[in-house]
Order: sequence, then structure tokens, then C-alpha cells
Amino acid sequence: MSAASPTVSPASARIARFVIYGLLILLAIVYLLPFFVMLITSLKPLAEIRSGNMLALPQNPSLDAWGKAWGSACIGVTCAGIKGYFWNSIQLVVPAVTISTILGALNGYVLTKWRFPGHKLVFGLMLFACFIPFQAVLIPMARVLGMLGLSNSTAGLVLVHVVYGLGFTTLFFRNYYEAFPDELIRAAQMDGAGFFQIFWRILLPSSGPIIVVTVIYQFTNIWNDFLFGVSFASGERAPMTVALNNLVSSSTGVKEYNVDMAAAVYAALPTLFVYVVAGRYFVRGLMAGAVKG
Amino acid sequence: MTLTVEPSTPVRRHASLADRARAFLPKIVLAPSFALILFFVYGFILWTLYLSFTNSRILPIYELVGFDSYVRLWSQPNWHMAIKNLAIFGSLYIFFCIALGLLLAILLDQRIRGEGVLRPIFLYPMALSFIVTGTAWKWFLNPGLGLERAMHQLGWTSFKFDWLISTDMAIYTVVIAGVWQASGFVMAMFLAGLRGIDGEIIKAAQIDGASTFSIYRRIIIPLLRPAFLSAVIVLSHMAIKSYDLVIALTGGGPGNATELPSTFMYSYTFTRSQMAVGSASAVMMLMGVAAIMIPYLYSELREREK
Repeated sequence: MSAASPTVSPASARIARFVIYGLLILLAIVYLLPFFVMLITSLKPLAEIRSGNMLALPQNPSLDAWGKAWGSACIGVTCAGIKGYFWNSIQLVVPAVTISTILGALNGYVLTKWRFPGHKLVFGLMLFACFIPFQAVLIPMARVLGMLGLSNSTAGLVLVHVVYGLGFTTLFFRNYYEAFPDELIRAAQMDGAGFFQIFWRILLPSSGPIIVVTVIYQFTNIWNDFLFGVSFASGERAPMTVALNNLVSSSTGVKEYNVDMAAAVYAALPTLFVYVVAGRYFVRGLMAGAVKG
Repeated sequence: MTLTVEPSTPVRRHASLADRARAFLPKIVLAPSFALILFFVYGFILWTLYLSFTNSRILPIYELVGFDSYVRLWSQPNWHMAIKNLAIFGSLYIFFCIALGLLLAILLDQRIRGEGVLRPIFLYPMALSFIVTGTAWKWFLNPGLGLERAMHQLGWTSFKFDWLISTDMAIYTVVIAGVWQASGFVMAMFLAGLRGIDGEIIKAAQIDGASTFSIYRRIIIPLLRPAFLSAVIVLSHMAIKSYDLVIALTGGGPGNATELPSTFMYSYTFTRSQMAVGSASAVMMLMGVAAIMIPYLYSELREREK
């Protein structure tokens, strides 16, 4: 709804509009500022950072810090930049998102169109699993990954993210398929279509939007994860967020703020890119993940 | 959770063996996911619970010793600090996210030109990793080179902002960065609520001569009650789980000034070799989240049924 009261005089209405726009623009600047400062700092040489104003635009913008952050900054004992860790994150995200989305779609299909006694209990248990503090599973997970020989491996992290993402992907597809008319399923059954045929031919073709929402949600969550990364793969196979934190919090040598900021922008770019091109679906995922059931 | 028995999917009379196998197919498809969750979530929770009753140090020991580790946990000054910080952080984080989210939503709901440009600006921090957010704010609030000096150079020489390295104030920097990240999300929740309100009610109130302010106070904000509830639940659950942001922004310091239950659990388990105490703290965190989430999820699932 929108409030516009016809009884107010034009002059005070104009002042009100002015205040509203002024506030919105001021707040927009505040929200943009930290990222803007991060970006311009990454384009400045160190000397300018030390002597100049944080808010000032770079005098001679250069991508030197970006090159160094990518290829030669020291993280731990190796000085090869963040590119390896960026690649780790991609190798982790692609299979984890794919597997958890496929399983979520199938689970949502079963839980809405092939209900069995106890389906609510099963869903409830899967749903609560989304919200547990992961600290409650860290120690056993570390033990089990060790036993499976998956410590410090991308495969191990894929397993972790699939397991703890399943609740959300199932939730998304379940709520979407709930609204899908049962008559169409029944009609297909009459025609002799089986379980997978119905899924493949009838549900999947109309699942486009929810697949996009789920993929974006999972991609953002897994790319941005830190806790699992730092707990189960803190070495060579560490994901981007862990490498960024190691780079920024290392206290050896000269603190190169521009390189830190460039690395942070690299870590932010993939999810920001997705947000810019598919913001609508990103918001839908957030809302679906927040307003439960 | 209530179990409703629904008519099973039609199985033809004189079902052959193949037909019966087909009838089981849905359950077979669901089984692996459900098994994974039972084992990796509920099994692991029980495992952690068990460890919290042992004397495990650097490695798990499976000999039960009773409530020892809980006694030790609650006698740790660090744990008291973590609980106190969570109370400060949690309450301010929830309050300011909701206040700012509501303000933004109401402002954006005034038939704003350029809403499509402004809305994404308030929400983009939600797409960032907490590590990126922490890194950005750590630099922005840097006492030597950041905001403080920028203000000095702009002429405000008495401006002082060293919260990041102040034992008393550091926890508030976590609040600032956290609110920056999540308030746009709360805005989106309120905006969805506002757009769902029936315009006729508002028109009726306007005809009765109610001022815009009292329309919001008396009618609109009370109608947003479900959005408030969702926001409080989601934010409190996020506050309890907050870990990355503190690590990136303050590393739990200075000293233990920004210790939270999540950082306490991690350091006691993995760096201080006090696994049993770490497990006990994880169990406390789980109980906190469960106390908030279970009633909420239960009521949401039941409402859907109606």
C-alpha cells in the first residue's frame, strides 16, 4: 500500500517529499560507503593510503594491488595470491550446489505429490536441520571426515555443504510444488506415467523459477561460508573466505591495505555479480528461507 | 509434530511385484537424503551431547564423567563474557535491524521514483560474505587511517573513533557491521508486508481524518505483526550463530572483548584442547536456537495445514 493523504496542503506535502528523498539518498550513501571505500582503497598505492584521505578518490588509479592479491600475495607460507583459493571455491561450489539442488527437487516432489504417513515428521526434521548452530556438529564432522580420509579436501567440503544445504533446498521445492495442481499429476498417472516420468515431463518444465532461486541461494551460502571451510579445510584446499581472512589477519611484514581490499573485492565479486543480474531471485530465496513452512 | 494419514497413491488392484516396487519408489528416492540428515544432523547432535558429558581434551574420550564440563563451562569468565556479549550484540542487532528496516520500508513505500535503484542498494550487503563485510568495516573504522582521520582532514579535528581497539566499545563495532549487513533484508520483509496490506482500510482511515502518522501507528504497524515476528526469529537465530563477522572484524578481541559463544566454542575445541567444554558450549547454543526455532517452525507448519 502507499500512503498519500489528500487532505495535506501542497506546500507541506512538498516538504514531506523532500525529507523522504533526502533521507533515502543519505541512507543509500551510508550503505554504499564501506564497499566504495574498499574499492577505491584497492586502486591506490600504499603511500597514498598512508598519507591521504580514505574517502578521496585515487589520484592515479592502478590495478597493481589487484594483480598482487590475485597472483603473488603471501597467505601463510606460500606467496601465490588468492587465485588457487578462488579456484578451490569454484570447484567446491559447482558440485555442492548441483547435488543439493537435484536432491532438494526430488525430495520436494516426494513430500508433496507422493505423500506417505509421517511425511510431516520427515519434513519437520529436515526443516529444523536448517537452523541448528553448526557448532553442534563440528566435532563429529571433523572425526567422520578424518575417518573417510576427506579432511582438508574439496570432496569433504562438498559433502558437508550438500548435507547441511539439503534442508533448505527441500524446503524451497516443497513449498513450490505444494501449489502445483494435483489433478495434472493424477491425469498423468491415468495415462500410465511413472514416478520419474511425471517429475521429468510435468513438474520439471515448470520449475524454472524455483531452480534459479535455489541455485542462487545455495551458491551465495556456500561461496560465503567460512565456518566449515576453516574447520575442515584450512590448508591448501581452503576456500576463498578462509584465504581472505588469513591474508587480512596476518601480522607479518608491512600491512598492505590495498592488497587486502583487492582480495576482499575478489571474494565479493561472484556473489555480487549474481545479485546484480538476478537480484529478484536472490530476494525471493532470502524470503523463502526466512518465512518458513 | 502431527502425523496426518493421507490416501496413499493409487495402486492398481492385483498389484504385481513390479507395481509394488514402483509404489516404494518415492520412499527410496527420499531415503538417502533423510538418512544423511538423520546421521549428520541428529546423530552428530547426540554425539556432541555425549562428548559434553566426557572429559575429552584434544581428542574424544568416551568415558562418561557426568556434568563436569558444564560446571567448568559456567565457571569460565570467558563464557560469561561470551554470554554477556551475545546479550548486548543480540539485542542491539535485532533492535537496530528492525528499526532501520522498518524506516527504510516505510520510506520506500511512499511511491518513490527510483525505488528500483534504491532498494537493491540497501540489500546488497546481504549478498556479501561476513568475512568481506568484516574486512571492509575493519578498514573503514581503522583508528589510524580510517574514518577518524578522514573526519580530521575534513576539519572535524576533535572527532575520535577508536571503538575497534577499545575493550569496552569493540562489541558495538560488531553491531554496526551486522546491522549494515542485515537491515536491508529486514527492509525487504517489511516491504513485502506493507505491499500486502489492503489499501481500502487505509482509505477509510484517511476519510475519517486520521493523520498519516496515526495511520502508521494505529493501523499499519500493528498489521505488520507477522513480519515483526519473522524478523525477530530470523535475526535472533542469526545472532546466536554469528561467528565469521567477529572473526574478520575483531578476531574476538581486543583480549576477549568480543568473545561470543560461537568463537568460544571454536577456540576451546580446536585451539585450547578442551573438547568437552567446547561440546558443552555447543549444546548450550543449540538449546538457545531450539528454544526459538522449534515453537516457530511448529506453528508455521500447523498454520499451513489450515
